[in-house]
Amino acid sequence: MLKRHQREVSVAIAIGALALVLAFVAPGYFTAENLGDLFLANAPVLVVALGATLVMIAGEIDISVGSVFAIAGVVAGVTSKLGMPIAVAALAACATGALLGGLNGVLVAYLRIPSIVVTLATMVALRDGLRWSTQGAWIENLPRSFQWLGLTQGSYPWVMFAGVAGLTIVMAWTLGHLAAGRAIYATGSNADAARLAGLDAALVKASVFIAAGTLTGLAALLNSVRFNQIPSNAGLGLEMKVIASVVVGGTAITGGRGTIAGTVLGLVLLAAIDPALTFLGVSAYWERALQGAIILTGVAIDAIRARRNKDVRALVVSV
Amino acid sequence: MPLLQTDSISKSFAGVHALRRVTFTLEPGEVHALVGENGAGKSTLIKIITGAETPDAGTLIVAGHAVPRMDPALSRSLGIRAIYQQPSLFPHLSIAENVALALEGGGAWRRVDWRARTRTAAALLDRIGAPLDPDRLVAGLSMPEQQIVEIAKAIGANARILIMDEPTASLSDREVDHLFGVIRRLRGEGTGVIYISHRLEEVFAVADRITVLRDGDVIATSPRADLDRATLIRLMVGRELAAVFPKREVPLGPVALEVRRLRSRAADLHDISLDVRRGEIVGLAGLVGSGRTELAETIFGLRPFDAGAVLVDGAPVAIASPADAITHGIGYVPEDRRQHGVVLEMSIAENASLATLDAVSKRGLIDAKVEREAAEQYAGQLRIKAPSVGVEVGSLSGGNQQKVALARWLAIRPSILILDEPTQGVDVGSKAEIHGIMQSLAERGVAILMISSELPEVLGMSDRIAVMHGGTIVGILSRAEATQQKIIAMALERADGARGFSRASGN
Repeated sequence: MLKRHQREVSVAIAIGALALVLAFVAPGYFTAENLGDLFLANAPVLVVALGATLVMIAGEIDISVGSVFAIAGVVAGVTSKLGMPIAVAALAACATGALLGGLNGVLVAYLRIPSIVVTLATMVALRDGLRWSTQGAWIENLPRSFQWLGLTQGSYPWVMFAGVAGLTIVMAWTLGHLAAGRAIYATGSNADAARLAGLDAALVKASVFIAAGTLTGLAALLNSVRFNQIPSNAGLGLEMKVIASVVVGGTAITGGRGTIAGTVLGLVLLAAIDPALTFLGVSAYWERALQGAIILTGVAIDAIRARRNKDVRALVVSV
Repeated sequence: MPLLQTDSISKSFAGVHALRRVTFTLEPGEVHALVGENGAGKSTLIKIITGAETPDAGTLIVAGHAVPRMDPALSRSLGIRAIYQQPSLFPHLSIAENVALALEGGGAWRRVDWRARTRTAAALLDRIGAPLDPDRLVAGLSMPEQQIVEIAKAIGANARILIMDEPTASLSDREVDHLFGVIRRLRGEGTGVIYISHRLEEVFAVADRITVLRDGDVIATSPRADLDRATLIRLMVGRELAAVFPKREVPLGPVALEVRRLRSRAADLHDISLDVRRGEIVGLAGLVGSGRTELAETIFGLRPFDAGAVLVDGAPVAIASPADAITHGIGYVPEDRRQHGVVLEMSIAENASLATLDAVSKRGLIDAKVEREAAEQYAGQLRIKAPSVGVEVGSLSGGNQQKVALARWLAIRPSILILDEPTQGVDVGSKAEIHGIMQSLAERGVAILMISSELPEVLGMSDRIAVMHGGTIVGILSRAEATQQKIIAMALERADGARGFSRASGN
């Protein structure tokens, strides 16, 4: 168990170590207010990262999440300003994400264009398409029913926590226990073998992109209800934070391996470090550098372990 | 003085002996075959000679000089070259460039003489008797052609010690003959060749001496003339193998699979009619490129067809994807198991259940216990050698990986099973076991269509033999009337000289 989930354990240890340092040096970090802010800001990132985990386990990558995030947020706001109830706004945001994810998915799965190229193109095109159609204007004067999903500022975090936690658990469980989850791992490991085993590898790939898009739409909604206006440039650089969390959490960039728990831990580590630096009196300019260092450490550990495993594998095969 | 000597070399990995005091010599102008089952230690010995691994004890002596610390670069500079089953070439470069990269030294800023490169490559290819254009891209070459480029590289480097690890696995008979011609010429020039192959007839055809490895020990080294096939197999496996194929007569049931006047322009197939009855094993013989794999893939729904019909149990079926084929009880074990047959990163249990996720699930939920128990049942039945069904398939030997690929299809309880080269690259022991499994499946009423390039296997296992040539079936022979000569004659069908059969091997 420990061996199989080595990455999750080591990330958890790193989080523990960070918490320990903070507890001694900057106990102010652990106020309800700070942790609450941290959670509110990062819960949408987690929702996007859940989808990105699926895409990466299936052996693909989606760097267009930031642009999809921005568009879905604007769609939610516009829908709401048209006087629609919040549920319709939420549905519109998710549907927009699903549609754009579907576009990525079809191009990758059925036209067989590499996902890095497809999503690079959609990232740029969607971002500029949004800029052109909004002329850079923000959505303002949102109705009361939109802010905090129509809940109070006090109850919203709890509702969101329950919702996101539930979603995470359902996703983790799906990947581990449903045939659909197994199909994602098999496709990511070896799409040819999966196809010969009767799995529809193309459908699996298209589906993970649709799922990722839908989750990104949901995340955009959860993010935009925190403010009383919606910027048309939201989600800039979101793909970096998301991919970093997934990779630090142990999902193989080549597909076939990874867990939801790893992604959650990876995001917690990366998200906790930023404000921690402020509390520790380190310049915020170091934040990116430190994130980069964490990613490299994670990937380097992977590479070293893969080499060791390869040696063991060579032994089994040759002995 | 021997060209190469390993003196009491031992190597263990994590406490497991891979080699135990192995002493092996290679004389100038000698072809020395190294045989043994998968896992006998052949690969480890080669890795030590080429410097990829360091021995724990013992000495490596090259041309009379002890080499205390061999590394890959040193081994190359000592004239040691290895050719493996899988060519290691640059696909997007031409043949000439691939050869040049292996031969040319010099700095990064030297001028490249393209004409000289082409000339050198052409001369080397000519020496092997391979009519290949040196300017062709490697990506467009077939597997045998790529193998030939590898050989040209090694010959061009004036290798004094040439190691060939299963070099003929993907070569046609004519190419094998060429290769043996080249080997004999090199031998005449004083080169020492270490030749590794599962195909014992090749070993007998080309080797001067034979060394048998088993579980890391040298069991015997002796001149070829002192060994016969049965003795060699006994030495390799350490037990008497059934010298014959485990084929028994099975009462045949109704027709399970029927193909009627199938035509596919894309796959270059035409006028194919074939039927396989329950309990019957039909061998599909033919040259490489005669359309055997394409036919199998068409039946399995991997390729579309233009005309004709596929019938299962007498009823026409529409099979547009592997999933459809599985629904109709058809299983397919593909030729290249590492590429298509198994998912190397997944466990035995996960691989075994991949085509039957519904069966191990309750309301869409995979029941790990049911999955594991099913896998354990198949692992036992197929004698898959592994510590548990939880281990990754990538860590298993070739024979065991093939059994895992089979287990997946046993799990669908197939009525029709298509096996493409089921024992290729599999050691002698596993091979016999796979033949035994095929026989018992036939006895349980499974209709089996077996593609094989090994004539003894085709003759030994099949009730009927369908011979393909140029995208169609040119004839069907009964078990009684089939002979090696008849099959070859039909497969050639006036096609001059190109013979695609590998020699007899294994059992």
